[in-house]
Amino acid sequence: MSFVSIQSVTKSFGENTVLRDIDLQVELHNVVCLIGASGSGKSTLLRCINVLEKVDAGEIVVDGETITNGKVDVNALRRKIGIVFQAYNLFPHMTVLQNVTLAPRKSRGFPKAQAEARARELLERIGLSDKAGEYPDRLSGGQQQRVAIARALAMEPKLMLLDEITSALDPQLVSEVLELVRELAKSGMTMIIATHEMSFAREVADHVCFLDAGVILEEGPPEQIFSAPTEPRTREFLGRVLEAGRM
Amino acid sequence: MNALHKVLEAFFSPYYFRLALPDVWAGFQLNVKMMIVAEALVLCFALGLAIVRGLPGRAAAPLRGLAIVYTDFFRGTPLILVVFLVGFGIPALQLRVISGLSFFAYGVIALTLVYTAYVTEVYRAGIESVHQSQRMAARSLGLSYMQAMRYVVVPQAVRRVVPPLLNDFIGLQKDTALVTVIGVAEAAQQAQNFSTTWANFTSYMVAATFFILLTIPLARFTDHLIAKRELKERATAG
Repeated sequence: MSFVSIQSVTKSFGENTVLRDIDLQVELHNVVCLIGASGSGKSTLLRCINVLEKVDAGEIVVDGETITNGKVDVNALRRKIGIVFQAYNLFPHMTVLQNVTLAPRKSRGFPKAQAEARARELLERIGLSDKAGEYPDRLSGGQQQRVAIARALAMEPKLMLLDEITSALDPQLVSEVLELVRELAKSGMTMIIATHEMSFAREVADHVCFLDAGVILEEGPPEQIFSAPTEPRTREFLGRVLEAGRM
Repeated sequence: MNALHKVLEAFFSPYYFRLALPDVWAGFQLNVKMMIVAEALVLCFALGLAIVRGLPGRAAAPLRGLAIVYTDFFRGTPLILVVFLVGFGIPALQLRVISGLSFFAYGVIALTLVYTAYVTEVYRAGIESVHQSQRMAARSLGLSYMQAMRYVVVPQAVRRVVPPLLNDFIGLQKDTALVTVIGVAEAAQQAQNFSTTWANFTSYMVAATFFILLTIPLARFTDHLIAKRELKERATAG
């Protein structure tokens, strides 16, 4: 059984159907990239996987546990699924170190010293050891996003969901964040990444899905999707991305 | 000239000012005590009530309903009526303990009941002003609803509502004088006693002076906080 198994998932907000009959399998240690226009359902799909949104129909199984039947302990589930958002969403009233240690201490019950030691290791790894005592508004966007990644990693998740994490960044700050994700991929982290960074997706993904209007229109290995897409909509989308110079 | 002289003599007589000072000061200390105790109680109860009002889900609907009824009732009822109800009503019930409290305690209870309703709304506005994404980020890390409230939402909400909170407390400070109607020997009561005895109203000015002197620093402090926040917001917006 795949590590993440999504079957016939449908989700609407009122009249608006954002996911239609989605099927997706993610193997352990694989990286899956979701591409597609804004509003195609990438973010909603990620949010369904850690139950920030409830699906209307279909089934999602993570690590052998069915999460869509309403019986799952969502807090326990979220401890093993990290998510990073486009807008970083750091806690502005806490220092970097407090941001990273809050959940390990309060949700997993780690003693303060242990959580802090671990957090400092992570900050070292993302190159921000010197910022441990700073508040988020003193950091650049790229630094904030790296802290957000460290905050998620501090829970030692088995799966990371990245929701367009470079979309809000100034162009010159994108690479420092992508470099970190690249490292994560190399370390064998299972990830589902919604992204507009096509060359990055091509480089790190084991599998790419093109979403269009809530449907996975086309999927396959990155070479196939980016070099020989079969669907006209995929070709059109990639063509427009190329024109915009984002490839 | 004669009229002006009369006004000055009746309201601003230095002689009566000094004469009234000790009694009114003694009374005013009670106002300050009532204010401090009531404010502390209001801060706790109102936060609890605001959190109850925001509880999600159908199961919490009755609790939310009760909280709404409470705030509607006590925000809508004039404080002086609540003071009468508590100060005269509760002793008349002749219950154990609760009917045998001092008028000072009934005053504090009445002030707390009414101001909890106001401050609940202040807290609630603060809680709602914390962006949904903060709650989502906290929950996505595996924190429970209450943990997300306690560590992420409420600390940010409280910082934002300090200025309106201080405004409500300025109101509370002044409203401690209303407790005079159930016979607490606070500043207004002392001033009234004095004026009846000496047929002079300067004692009321003494009481007013105390209230104003207490309010001004708080008002300036509130202004200062607001100005500081605006400066910070402009800096981060850039």
